[in-house]
Amino acid sequence: MSTRVVLQQADITRALTRISHEILESNRGTDNLVILGIPTRGVLLGQRIAGIIQGIEPTERQLVGQIDVTMYRDDLASHPTRTSSPTDIPVGGIEGATIVLVDDVLYSGRTIRAALDALADFGRPRAVRLAALIDRGHRELPIRADFIGKNLPSAVSERINVRLQELDGVDEVTIDS
Amino acid sequence: MIDTILITGATLPGGSQSDILVAGGVIRELGSIAAPAGSRRIDAAGLVALPGLVDLHTHLREPGFEQSETVLTGSQAAAAGGFTSIFAMANTLPVADTAGVVEQVLSLGQQAGYATVRPIGAVTRGLLGEQLSEIGAMAHSRAAVRVFSDDGKCVHDSLLMRRALEYVSSFDGVIAQHAQDPRLTEAAQMNEGSLSSELGLKGWPAVAEESIIARDVLLAEHVGARLHICHLSTAGSVEVIRWAKARGIRVTAEATPHHLLLTEDLVRSYDARYKVNPPLRRDEDVLALRAAIADGTIDIIATDHAPHPSESKECEWDSAAFGMVGLESALSVVQTALVDTNLVGWNDVARLLSATPAAIGGLIGAGAIRAGAAADITLHDPSTSSVFDVTDLAGKSVNSPYLGRQLSGSVRYTLHNGYLTLDDGLVVPAEVVAASARAGSQMEMGE
Amino acid sequence: MRHLLSTKNLSRDEAILLLDIAEDMSDTQLREVKKLPTLRGKTVVNLFFEDSTRTRVSFEAAAKRLSADVINFSAKGSSVSKGESLKDTAQTLAAIGADGVIIRHAASGAPQRLAESRWIDAGILNAGDGTHEHPTQALLDAFTMRRRIHGDASRGKDLDGISVAIVGDITHSRVARSNLWLLRTLGAHVTFVAPATLIPFGAAEWPATISYDLDQTLSEGRPDVVMLLRIQAERMDAAFFPNEREYSRWWGLDDERFAAMRSDSIVMHPGPMNRGLEISSTAADSAQSTVLEQVTNGVSVRMAALYMLLAGEREGA
Repeated sequence: MSTRVVLQQADITRALTRISHEILESNRGTDNLVILGIPTRGVLLGQRIAGIIQGIEPTERQLVGQIDVTMYRDDLASHPTRTSSPTDIPVGGIEGATIVLVDDVLYSGRTIRAALDALADFGRPRAVRLAALIDRGHRELPIRADFIGKNLPSAVSERINVRLQELDGVDEVTIDS
Repeated sequence: MIDTILITGATLPGGSQSDILVAGGVIRELGSIAAPAGSRRIDAAGLVALPGLVDLHTHLREPGFEQSETVLTGSQAAAAGGFTSIFAMANTLPVADTAGVVEQVLSLGQQAGYATVRPIGAVTRGLLGEQLSEIGAMAHSRAAVRVFSDDGKCVHDSLLMRRALEYVSSFDGVIAQHAQDPRLTEAAQMNEGSLSSELGLKGWPAVAEESIIARDVLLAEHVGARLHICHLSTAGSVEVIRWAKARGIRVTAEATPHHLLLTEDLVRSYDARYKVNPPLRRDEDVLALRAAIADGTIDIIATDHAPHPSESKECEWDSAAFGMVGLESALSVVQTALVDTNLVGWNDVARLLSATPAAIGGLIGAGAIRAGAAADITLHDPSTSSVFDVTDLAGKSVNSPYLGRQLSGSVRYTLHNGYLTLDDGLVVPAEVVAASARAGSQMEMGE
Repeated sequence: MRHLLSTKNLSRDEAILLLDIAEDMSDTQLREVKKLPTLRGKTVVNLFFEDSTRTRVSFEAAAKRLSADVINFSAKGSSVSKGESLKDTAQTLAAIGADGVIIRHAASGAPQRLAESRWIDAGILNAGDGTHEHPTQALLDAFTMRRRIHGDASRGKDLDGISVAIVGDITHSRVARSNLWLLRTLGAHVTFVAPATLIPFGAAEWPATISYDLDQTLSEGRPDVVMLLRIQAERMDAAFFPNEREYSRWWGLDDERFAAMRSDSIVMHPGPMNRGLEISSTAADSAQSTVLEQVTNGVSVRMAALYMLLAGEREGA
């Protein structure tokens, strides 16, 4: 097995900065914007994006939260029992908001499907967008990302690891093949 | 039919080697013997020859509970375990409290032919603990009952117990008491201790057994009668018996194989195969019982073979029946618990499982391998060690706690009245045994 | 987790994981839409051989909020009351295709028997067996304590150093047993308080302090939690104590005892309560009482237990 670094700290920061600008541009500012990270690393990425946005266009409103999708997954029975995480929806809810879901790696699309189901239980957003640090392809559902850090075409046998400072002590994306 | 059997190279209980010549239903000769013409030869090199085992405590279930066991199937289990005489407990339906019932059981045993079946008579009518049963009629019946017991229930009324002890003396009988204070054991399920409390099963305190034994040895002393205590299960009971014997009270005591090997920890599984009356006790009780056997405080080992149909065991613990089958496994369990641990030798085994139970039960002529005695012989291979399996069971029921457990030794041959009932580990077919039994009794009448 | 039969064999990590998932479940119960799709297509049977509307309804709500199909199978009026064996009932449920069986039974060990038999392959959840265990009650009690003590910061926490006095009929209480094992695993200290007749035989060998004196336990131990157990009238007939007045006088949490308790201590009761016998109305209705929270938390904890048993890949299946 060989491991190759595909993104380093500076690359990740650049990608998140670009995504933040794209989000602001497409939403024309922070109005009604709610960023929801998907546990575990999507939450950290969401917080970073929200931080960058606050630096560009400060707002008093809580921009970022997190949404756990465990209970909505369609693949629970094919894995050992998954641990759930808390959900934290910013005050004001999601009714009429523009939601940006944030995940680290977009792959089959099943996590995002679960997230869309979870969102529906909180209300009816005006629009739902998707940001992913890595898009590795191999979609199994008609889902695509609106904001992508890096497209990383990969083989199914390969493994992509996103490591973030807060959890893993280092910012990097590697690929094992 | 082969009437003459020469057993060669057997190890006698005392340790010496001998050939044994059996003919006409009796042991003809011991020593080094040349094979007579036409005789069957059994190579017993490496096998221990024990006097045919005698079980003072068997439940044969017939009449009334034939789905669990019959006299025939129970005595087949006996043959498989090396037993040649079994005492059948009285808790049948109808209860063995009249001459009619005990004579029926006696006849069924004689027809089956696998073992001498001696009925035990009930102490009280219907085992209700209220009125004495027809003890005299049973004693003077063809079954010549000498042992009386309400086993399964305790004769708990002190006055009734006193009268029973006195009355059976008239017929040289003995009361075998099932010592269990009924009030202290209402709905009880297992040995009382921190484990019963943890498992949420109603406790069966040791004192419920010990207090009855203490009362009864004092009653036996007071009236000068003979008393036998069934299935001792606690260290405290051993102490009471030891005290009583030191005082010269005429008491004998038995322990079951399972109380010598198994402990209450097995109940953690809630597997009702381990549900038994009296319950499995603690490690220290098992060790005390073993020590009491080694020092003679406990006189005999008896199986309390208690067959039950599978539905009585495949259920919640509380609803399950009490009891385990034990005839087929008894000798292996005794070897595992007592011989392999160097607590007793084969001479002691012959005493504990043959001579003394025969003496207590008034079984004349049984319990020894000697020329002229009835040819009741058990040939046991002590060198094996195997996992006890359902195919080792020969009775009707399979509620054995030993299934899947490693046990030492195996019974290879059982001879009853000179004919084989177990041949190289296989129970001899019923019609062959019945024919041998008929031939034997005709010969007896002819003599 | 294959089955949930007792708290005795739960590790600290397993217990905390279950409580943490219950926290997440509890959050979902504050939403407009309380139903989760998690166990869609799974069949859960409520097999109640003993009447207990409260527990059955709690499990039913938990299973339904996870979108499981719930079949209620109660002993009354069914073949069970006509002498059908546990084995036959289990095989019937297996034939119906039950994925999970929640069983309440008067016989201790019946759930374990079901789990270890080959009669049925479903996940077995013990909803109270005889005087043995009632694991989800202990888990909801621990959950309630943890919430009261740690608030929103409960996730990941244990109950290290918390002192709990459990007062009442310990002998016949599966709740007391399950609580003892779980609370010990979570680091709490347990004192059983009762007359000696209602302390289980051999309990001195258990990891609990035994007390016959409630006043002494309250004044000297100053427990963080006082949990009262229901006293059943039939115990008097069996000579466990002389009468209600005497019991209540020495072992009831009356107004006077309650007033002397620490103001930050917690009063718990698994219900249903005998007001005026083991607990006074003042204590039961006070801000320190968690009686209703326990009921609410019961649903979240049972959702977590059902999730742990039924959502993931079947272990050993």
